Formats: sequence, structure tokens, C-alpha cells
Amino acid sequence: MPKEDDLYRALADPTRRAILDELAKRERQSLFELVTRLTMKHGIGSSRQAISQHLDVLETAGLVVTRREGRSKFHWFDGAPLRAVAERWPIPGKEKETDP
Amino acid sequence: MRIHLTSVFVNDQQKALRFYTEVLGFQKKTEIPLGESSWLTVVSPGEPDGTELLLEPDFHPAVKPFKAALAEDGIPSASFAVDDVHAEHERLAGKGVRFTQPPSDMGSVVTAVFEDTCGNLIQIAAAKASP
Repeated sequence: MPKEDDLYRALADPTRRAILDELAKRERQSLFELVTRLTMKHGIGSSRQAISQHLDVLETAGLVVTRREGRSKFHWFDGAPLRAVAERWPIPGKEKETDP
Repeated sequence: MRIHLTSVFVNDQQKALRFYTEVLGFQKKTEIPLGESSWLTVVSPGEPDGTELLLEPDFHPAVKPFKAALAEDGIPSASFAVDDVHAEHERLAGKGVRFTQPPSDMGSVVTAVFEDTCGNLIQIAAAKASP
């Protein structure tokens, strides 16, 4: 299990949040596709190396999973770690199953 | 100055020739035997005197790790212009071509990326009509 600090650190960066936005919209993206989208749609001019490092941080936090298919590596968004946030600070007005 | 030739490194020239002609639809321009390989180029049938694509053997020891690293990150070795990326995707996928990136709207351009079966990724792109 990734450490909780890794999750909050991963989310505390606008470029990493944009990466998650794009992966949430379309799964299974290569580094090249992601960098193209960030450049063309978000105006984020970071280098491939920089985006690759951001992806490593997101993967450590469990928010991105990668899989190799053939010769290429692809990335997916995984929102499961975010459940820890809602469990720690339940959103008012939602299901009260955790209440005594 | 003009660009008259560009190249992709292929692991098998004859297999590459078949893919680039029979699947993609280019035509052979020159084939000059050079020892165990050839000077082998293809051109677009619509521009027989246009830019040639050299199908270059990947014998050099630096080429294989270079190609592997590009493919891992999804980076194309070449980009070709098409009129309609979605139509080409449909046509090529129907012939069994594997895409690493399906047609994607990238703002001013629509692109897709596929495997050339010879170790490269190839991008196809169509500029969108300007508003």
C-alpha cells in the first residue's frame, strides 16, 4: 500500500492533476500521447522527462498504474487511493453508514 | 533546400517493403542491392517525385536499444499526412494493424499511432480546418 503522504504529495501539483484529468478521460495512454495532450490541450510545455517523473510520483501514490503491451508501456488512472480521503473525512450529507 | 529523403530503421527490409506498400499503400521507388541489404525507398503514389522514405536496415548496434526506448514511450519514428485519420484507422485496423493510440483530437490536429511490424511506431496526422 502506498503511504498516505505519497497520495497528498502526488495531488499537490497542477501538472500531475492535469495528467490525472487526461487519464481519467482516456485510459491506456503512452507517454508520447500524454505529453501531446498536455501540450496541445493544457498548454503545459514540460519535457517528456519531466512528465515521466511526474508519472513516477503518481504511480508511487497508486493513482496511476502502468502495463506493458507489446513493445510499448501504457498508463491508466486508478482512483482507488482517493477512497482513503473520503473515509478519513466523510462528506456531509452522504451515506451515514460510518456513523455510530 | 528541400527534404527529399527521410528514413526509418527496419528489422527486415522485405517485410518492411510489403507492409509499407501492401498495407499502407506506398509504392517502391528504388531498390539498389548493396551487399546483404539494399538501398530501398518508397514514395506516396500521389507524389511519385515527392519525398522518399528509406527503409534502412537496423544492423547498427545502437539502433535496437534506440528503437526499443522510443517504442516503450510511444514515440513515433515518422509521421505521415492523411486526409482523414478516422478513415485510415478503420482501413488499417481492418488489415490487422495494431494501434498504440487510436484517433485523437489534439486541438489543431487529429493524430493516431500504429506499429509498422518492423519495430517502429508511425504517426498519421490530419490538420483540422482552421476556424
